[in-house]
Amino acid sequence: MPAARIVLVTGVSRFLGARVANALQADPGIERVIGVDTVPPTTSLGRTEFVRVDIRTPSIAKVIASAEVDTVVHLNLVTAPSGSRASMKELNVIGTMQLLAACQRSPDMRKLVVRSSAAVYGSSPCDPAVFTEEDEPVEAPSSGYAKDAVEVEGYVRGLKRRRSDLTVSILRFANFLGAGVDSPLTRYFRMPVVPTVLGFDPRLQFVHEDDGIEVLRRMTVEDHPGTFNVAGDGVLVLSQALRRAGRPTVPVPSPAMGLLGDVGKRLGGLPGFSAELLRWLTYGRVVDVERLEHELRWRPKYSSEAAFAEFVHANGLGQNLVVDLVDRLSGAVTSGGRW
Amino acid sequence: MNAHDAFDGEDQGAQVIPLRAMSAEPAERNPVERTIASGLSFLRRRLAGDYEVDEFGFDQDFSEALMPIPRAFYEHWFRTELRGLENIPAQGGALIVANHSGTLPVDALMLQVGVHDYAHRNLRLLGADLVYQVPMLGHLSRKAGHTLACQADAERLLQKGELVGVFPEGFKGVGKPYSKRYKLQRFGRGGFVATALKAGIPIIPCAIVGAEEIYPKIADLRPLARLFGFPYFPITPTWPLFGPLGLIPLPSKWMIQFGEPVDLEEYDADAAEDPMTVFNLTDQVRETIQQMLYDTLLRRGPAFF
Repeated sequence: MPAARIVLVTGVSRFLGARVANALQADPGIERVIGVDTVPPTTSLGRTEFVRVDIRTPSIAKVIASAEVDTVVHLNLVTAPSGSRASMKELNVIGTMQLLAACQRSPDMRKLVVRSSAAVYGSSPCDPAVFTEEDEPVEAPSSGYAKDAVEVEGYVRGLKRRRSDLTVSILRFANFLGAGVDSPLTRYFRMPVVPTVLGFDPRLQFVHEDDGIEVLRRMTVEDHPGTFNVAGDGVLVLSQALRRAGRPTVPVPSPAMGLLGDVGKRLGGLPGFSAELLRWLTYGRVVDVERLEHELRWRPKYSSEAAFAEFVHANGLGQNLVVDLVDRLSGAVTSGGRW
Repeated sequence: MNAHDAFDGEDQGAQVIPLRAMSAEPAERNPVERTIASGLSFLRRRLAGDYEVDEFGFDQDFSEALMPIPRAFYEHWFRTELRGLENIPAQGGALIVANHSGTLPVDALMLQVGVHDYAHRNLRLLGADLVYQVPMLGHLSRKAGHTLACQADAERLLQKGELVGVFPEGFKGVGKPYSKRYKLQRFGRGGFVATALKAGIPIIPCAIVGAEEIYPKIADLRPLARLFGFPYFPITPTWPLFGPLGLIPLPSKWMIQFGEPVDLEEYDADAAEDPMTVFNLTDQVRETIQQMLYDTLLRRGPAFF
């Protein structure tokens, strides 16, 4: 099969889309990179051609047809509720449907790379410890972007059935972290006092932005059909992560947690907690990345731990006064007056 | 790694000699000082989040630190005797299958302490769904190295060469009335045999004697159990009569016996798909454990003295 020549990147005005477009345009094998989004990009996109088009409308089909796009990198999944839930759902699900309809029509199309989320596995107390790509969710996500991601994957599988000649890669990303990421999660970690769900300490996984972009780039320029989990190796539990970040925490009973989030959102401009974030902060989720590492013969450069460490460092967190105090105390005990 | 670099940097900022290096030296300190130093070093690790957790949530650092509590019960309260240690492989995957009793799953903890202290292996137990729905219990259980009893988790642990422990009777065993003591209940649906066959590892039968007497369950308040969502609400001679004091287990004499591994080598992985083979093997393991229970019970003699 010929390599990707003309690549269309959706959601290019957002952080991930812009970074992926940048990585792709550096590849001399790619003739054109076309970025689409509903709002103009805030940063310079280099040789990426920006087209302001709403993927919820059929005009996306015109762009794909007229530019003879052969590869679509669909990064439009909105995971951070900025406006109303209805508009987010519209963008995620209806946008994907329009895009896929256009892809199905286009004779030039040969590859589709879709950004999905590990949130499709849901979070429940009866989950297996580690999800592989074959596992069905124990409790399917019933709200928010997680549900959108499930629906998006469903439509993508539908397209794959109808156009079996397409190479389709679906990537289920763990939560992104890194120096440049701004998400409900990073805002959560940056709260002055971080509320946790009383009596629960979830296992968490992160993927560093650089690794995520590398995976998307490899999926675009090489052929790796299938569904893949993407996450850094290893896990952190929430309490451990917050200690590493030196954040003061307050355990809150789970019914009060959502309420607290709402109050904080209204009064203090704090992130608020979506239902799926809340479940994740209660039960956590771990995915298996064996298949991806085997397929790409590559391991993410950053483990979950290292991705979190970079986030802590970049945000100037990590000051832990209590640890300093213990250090002084133990210094006094062990050195026996040598200072 | 980055995290560690950052913290090391802080150490230097505060002009502190790294503790772990200190305690590794055979320094001539008195035991009190050493205890304080290692205690502080543990405290520092915990406060800074400077420890490793595996994908199942097993936190060895934390689990070792809490071990003295169940160990005290194991050694002094229940005066546990462990036999048949030679049946536990020094390394590689194996599945320990044991009887379950005692109203509260204290036997699971004692088995874990015994295997840890005498066989020097971490026993990875498989727990009921309920454990992971209850606040506190769920994450403490994961930190202790347990995980949810499901095929996927068991297979994953065994593939990693871990020693896995399972109680196929589940709630039927741990919550049975005192009158049915030492009578094995149904062994689930034989899921543990299928898992062992698929993983190609031996099953080690294990009989635990003594747990039946710690909280003799003489009655069960069904309506209360339903109200709280528990599988049963036990009445024992001391609970709820004496309130929290009723939670102190009676000091029965315990014996844990490991039997010879049931070798599954003659079967191939496809046997896991053959229900008849699975049922037969399940029965065989169950019979073996029942016989071991009777033998060990005879050897122990009276329950308390």
